[in-house]
Amino acid sequence: MSQEMTGSEIVLRALVDQGVDTIFGYPGGAVLPIYDALHKQNSIRHILVRQEGGAVHAAEGYARSTGKVGVVLVTSGPGATNAVTGLTDALMDSVPVICLTGQVPTHLIGNDAFQEADTTGITRPCTKHNYLVKDIAGLAQTVHEAFYVARSGRPGPVVIDLPKDILQGPGTYTPPSVNGHRSYRPRKKGDIDQIEKAAAAMAQAERPLFYCGGGVVNAGPKASHLLTELVKLTGFPCTLTLMGLGALPASSKQFLGMVGMHGTYESNLAMHHCDLMINVGARFDDRVTGKLDEFAPHSTKIHVDIDPSSINKNVRADIPVIGDAAHVLEDLTKVWKARQYRADRKKLDAWWAQIDEWRARDCLKYKASDTLIKPQYALERLRELTRGRDDLFVTTEVGQHQMWAAQFLPFEKPNHWMTSGGLGTMGYGLPAAMGVQVAHPDALVIDVAGEASVLMNIQEMSTVAQYRLPVKIFILNNEYMGMVRQWQELLHGGRYSESYMASLPDFVKLAESFGAVGLRAEKPAEVDGVIEEMIAVDKPVIADILVDKAENCFPMIPSGAAHHKMLLGPDDQAAEPISEEGMVLV
Amino acid sequence: MTERHVIAVLVDNEPGVLARVIGLFSGRGYNIESLTVSEVDAEAGLSRINVVTIGTPMIIEQIKNQLDRLVPVHSVHDLTEEGPHVETELALLKVAGQGDKRVEALRIADIFGAKVDDTTLESFIFRLDGQSEKIGRFIELMKPLGLVEVARTGAVAISRGKEGV
Repeated sequence: MSQEMTGSEIVLRALVDQGVDTIFGYPGGAVLPIYDALHKQNSIRHILVRQEGGAVHAAEGYARSTGKVGVVLVTSGPGATNAVTGLTDALMDSVPVICLTGQVPTHLIGNDAFQEADTTGITRPCTKHNYLVKDIAGLAQTVHEAFYVARSGRPGPVVIDLPKDILQGPGTYTPPSVNGHRSYRPRKKGDIDQIEKAAAAMAQAERPLFYCGGGVVNAGPKASHLLTELVKLTGFPCTLTLMGLGALPASSKQFLGMVGMHGTYESNLAMHHCDLMINVGARFDDRVTGKLDEFAPHSTKIHVDIDPSSINKNVRADIPVIGDAAHVLEDLTKVWKARQYRADRKKLDAWWAQIDEWRARDCLKYKASDTLIKPQYALERLRELTRGRDDLFVTTEVGQHQMWAAQFLPFEKPNHWMTSGGLGTMGYGLPAAMGVQVAHPDALVIDVAGEASVLMNIQEMSTVAQYRLPVKIFILNNEYMGMVRQWQELLHGGRYSESYMASLPDFVKLAESFGAVGLRAEKPAEVDGVIEEMIAVDKPVIADILVDKAENCFPMIPSGAAHHKMLLGPDDQAAEPISEEGMVLV
Repeated sequence: MTERHVIAVLVDNEPGVLARVIGLFSGRGYNIESLTVSEVDAEAGLSRINVVTIGTPMIIEQIKNQLDRLVPVHSVHDLTEEGPHVETELALLKVAGQGDKRVEALRIADIFGAKVDDTTLESFIFRLDGQSEKIGRFIELMKPLGLVEVARTGAVAISRGKEGV
């Protein structure tokens, strides 16, 4: 069954058939035909952002909070180049996003036409795949294929570049076909022999540790459920990466907290001393491993990943399993049960006793103050005043506040925590919160922000206002690019080169100018009131929390150091000065 | 501990596929010793990229996995690892000279089995195929005899035996 329509209509029809009801975009000359077609239909809601970068982050927030593909529509040239940061962000964090970009008409491509850019050339290294549609006959199938590529295997962003003549030309629509892709066939089921080996290693382990990441979240809620069950069944401790938070309920006694540079003491020491590491859907990122040649030196490593290129990239896996986290966890659980494996209780108890000793260090403690709002205190209060709400979604910007949020806010479920992990994109949180709120209109969506990051996409306040999205922007305002300042203090002799945020706006007035509510807390005693009002108000809110300017984020593994050399607080001196090698790391 | 590997990659013959492969190598800092590409099955729309690369075993494994996850890539074959294979390269050399040097150039070309594809009174164009290393030796010998210009295709390779990739 097929019918003739314009290219723009074909694109929209394909989106609808792919289950799309929302797109984030910004019009321009090359995409006017699509905007015209949008105007004539009611199936797809368009959210007009204020800069294309915001559209991609919004789509990321939408995708990560729903498990669906986020869709972006931008014009040619600057529209496409503005989307590049978001696309790279989505690539690094494996977020399924489709980005439709306008392009100059086919006959003008290569002529340096107005608003022309080599979009497929520019986005090739920052997308999972991209297409330039040069023939309307393949348009519908290209859109369908793009969705398949974006959401299957290790998800990622896909660009479809659409010349204006293709959008205007007549063509025929074809519905999605059931046939798989001719060359792209990601593997879902893990090799059962490898899974048997993994289970046997788990049964023999004395100091086992689950180390899980965003791959579990990406594999859907079922994977998180299976992980939770398996962790319970085995009695093993489990740590999560920044991207994996929520894959195991934070309230689980077996959860050790986040791992990595600003992870907990118990997580990082457990990583260092374990004899079996069961990595599911994490990629041995440098923020996690620290110094590679001293990383978990006594451990056998099981590595489950859907992307074969993640295996043996940074750390050699002893038992690699290529497959989707949900499938592999399911099979692993089956094997564990069928073989009636169980952990050696005595040895596991000894391991837990050791972990409890590390836990007793209480690595997240900080010096409380009656006069200054400690950022940790503000987040603790946010945690307590939102406790028990299962409609809470948190996004963050990038920096100290992000790490504190990861340390202090508990996530019981996957898909409720949206942060820029791989790329570390300042300005991610506000537009991402927008995308989350669009997908979950009645939920409580909070962007935990820094005053520097939030300014990077502050224009999106206008979008928030237009669509009456009641997002809450909770700014831990220390008047510095806090993480930059922290590194300058620890690594560059306290020379705070260009990290002071002079001439900040009055965030309360800024909020009011967009029709939002502005609140401010200057003393610890005011924090609760501000948070309560922020939650109670059915409007967008900027809560400007003026925090201690000098506070640093601990624990911290100094760059280039191994896990067991972490610093617990300001009084804890590094055992040895940061090496030359460490200094060059970011 | 670096190794030289010959890798064959079957890809959809579509615009941008070569750029994807080359961009992967440059973006991730992998080495390319040589790279050739040509359509090998017009009906199926398949091209074959033959790439010779150098790296540690871990890097070689990464290269193969990274290539394999590109959407238009059908299959990746590490011929060096998969077993015995035949590898060859084609080179054209322009050698100019007169007198003894010209005679010597012709004599060595004969020893190497190079063909003379064109000649003028003052120059030859030699065509030589074979192992890259042999072509390298021939080029070295031609240098003092008036070597003007070299064009090389880079290595192509195919596995031995009746099985195809």
